[in-house]
Amino acid sequence: MFRKLTPRKENLAFRKMTRRALLAGTAAGTAAALARFPTPAIAQAAPFKLGLLTVKTGPLAQGGIQMEQGVLTYLKETNYTMGGRKVDLVSADTGGNPAGTKTKAQELIERDKVDAILGPLAAFELLAITDYIREQKTPTLSVAGADDLTQRRPNPYFLRAAAASSQAMQPMGHYAATEMKLKRVVTISEDFAFGYEQMGGFQSAFQQDGGCIVSKLWPPLVTPDYTPYAAQISDCDGVCQGFAGSNPLRFMKAYANTGLKYPVVTGETGGDDALLKSFGEEAIGLISCTPYTVDLDTAGNNRFVEGMLKNYDTIPGQYAAIMYVSCQVIAAGLQAVGGDASDKEKFMAALRAVSLTDTPRGPVKFDHFGNIVGTFYVRRLGTEGAKYGLKLWNKTIKTYENVSQFWTWPEQEFLAHPVYSRDYPPLTKC
Amino acid sequence: MTFWLLLTVNSVTFGGLLFLLSAGFSLIFGLMRIPNLTHGSMFMVGAYLGTSLLSGALGITLNFWLAAVIGAVEVALLGALMERLLLRRLAGQQLAQVLVTLGVSFMAADLCLMGWGGDPISVATPPALAGFLRFGGAVFPLYRLAVILIAAVVALALWLMLERTRLGAMIRAGVDDPQMARVVGIRVSQLFTIVFALGAGLAGFAGMIGGPILSVYPGLDQDMLPLALVVVILGGTGSLLGSFVGSIIVGFIYNFGQALLPELAYFILFLPMVLVLALRPQGLFGGQVL
Repeated sequence: MFRKLTPRKENLAFRKMTRRALLAGTAAGTAAALARFPTPAIAQAAPFKLGLLTVKTGPLAQGGIQMEQGVLTYLKETNYTMGGRKVDLVSADTGGNPAGTKTKAQELIERDKVDAILGPLAAFELLAITDYIREQKTPTLSVAGADDLTQRRPNPYFLRAAAASSQAMQPMGHYAATEMKLKRVVTISEDFAFGYEQMGGFQSAFQQDGGCIVSKLWPPLVTPDYTPYAAQISDCDGVCQGFAGSNPLRFMKAYANTGLKYPVVTGETGGDDALLKSFGEEAIGLISCTPYTVDLDTAGNNRFVEGMLKNYDTIPGQYAAIMYVSCQVIAAGLQAVGGDASDKEKFMAALRAVSLTDTPRGPVKFDHFGNIVGTFYVRRLGTEGAKYGLKLWNKTIKTYENVSQFWTWPEQEFLAHPVYSRDYPPLTKC
Repeated sequence: MTFWLLLTVNSVTFGGLLFLLSAGFSLIFGLMRIPNLTHGSMFMVGAYLGTSLLSGALGITLNFWLAAVIGAVEVALLGALMERLLLRRLAGQQLAQVLVTLGVSFMAADLCLMGWGGDPISVATPPALAGFLRFGGAVFPLYRLAVILIAAVVALALWLMLERTRLGAMIRAGVDDPQMARVVGIRVSQLFTIVFALGAGLAGFAGMIGGPILSVYPGLDQDMLPLALVVVILGGTGSLLGSFVGSIIVGFIYNFGQALLPELAYFILFLPMVLVLALRPQGLFGGQVL
């Protein structure tokens, strides 16, 4: 390539040089280069390698594509730099399954020698690699919720800038009991850990403030039509749903089609802003509590949303936002260690100590388990305040600041319970 | 009472939708002797094409029914092409054909993801059917009732086609005994293309009709294919009556199973399939086209 661009005359002159002269010349050049830069600077001139584990195929792709868009929006905005270093992004598609995640994580760490990993998306993917990233000491920032990874089975190399599965549902339970004055609620969520942990968080907080759970429904992850479940909802004054992916859409439709009118509350996936363009009128009135809201009017969030619109013509949801925030955390951590991520323990300690004030999700800091302590937003879905050409909008109606994964309970007391499950907390007489 | 009524009506609705999906699946299975594993993809592609037509991909916004029919015709053409260009080359090698249909289903899923993105698309109910019918304490969406009617009309049309037309007679002969059909001068390979296109078109149509209930999203194909498989194994391959009865049975099992024994919902759904395979492998109405 280079030779082609060289003018012919010089090329000829080059050929006439003796081999010895050429060698001497090259050696001199190298020596000069070495003299000009001290050694550590050469190490840092190598790009910072950032690995992204995402899902670009299959049913989880919607969130996975948003994750990548969030990362790229950050990198484009900063011209591919973090903490003064050039960034090299290596993106891998896990296919949304644990085995694929393990393979891709190994590729990223052992072949590409990445300095940090963003992702993966789902809790079961993260669980497949948690021991491996601990062994390899690779800082990993994921959106996956699995409570215990920052609670009873913490991983020192894991940071979560999103929320533990139950984290957003705890303020939601408080809001439902104290402000919506709900007394008797039916919960419905997918029959897997993310669903159990969300509903467990809701139930604990809701009961603490005087509410009561009438029954819990657990449809399988794949449920083409939710009507049979909606038909079981009765004898209550509210419903809490914890669906993810495209399921909230179909649940809200079946719910409206069954003629039910009780208010519905949900968490970060059930009311995600990325679904706003897909929801229909049946979702109006849905109350959600989330770690990110596109409605947040701050300089940090406006810059992010505009970047997403400019680059991808897409309204960001939580997956894009959290990945963008995770990039900000890595950049701040890298800055703190002077751009040198080679000492992994030092780099990880710096990441955990990061405290930011203006990210798209508001202020960000971490507890000693590496889980976010941040603001959570309660929003009402309606037409009011709709922007960016959308018909529907999640309008913020209350914010909870400095929410920890332990909500209002002391850490010891919280951790003494088993992790939230299908049967914990148990149903009480109601 | 309301609970039972609601579930009963919904069972029939869901059964109707399953019939639209599985009638073609059953005919293809019966005639070509292969489970067409792209059938779920055809359902999904029909829905995606339909939503694009609805939102004005042709420059004009079509109404719902026109979008569903044009989407179905497009999927039928895709089906015909697939049969001509891929399956035809593997004539007689049934395992290879099944594997090809499986491969194409993965490719179709990725192409849809590229074309329509990962966001779920919700399909608006046609305005004329957006209302509810109140009966006792229960409300029934008009659209779901309309789905029952559509399924009944399609079932009748298919029955007339198979029973009263020359094409129908040829299909019946082909299902019954392809060798004999060939000997008496029926061009069975041409029949394959026609039936494959017809089945694909029906699946595409079902996708759009199911749109307002299920919405369209990546993974819809994999959600629907097992249901079609259950229906056809239950009812018997190649049998129109079988897929009709099978659809209604599965519709009831699906709805009542999930409502009454949610822990066992999938167990109950697949149990009849296992029993039929063990006790009556040809299915309830296997071997009879009508």
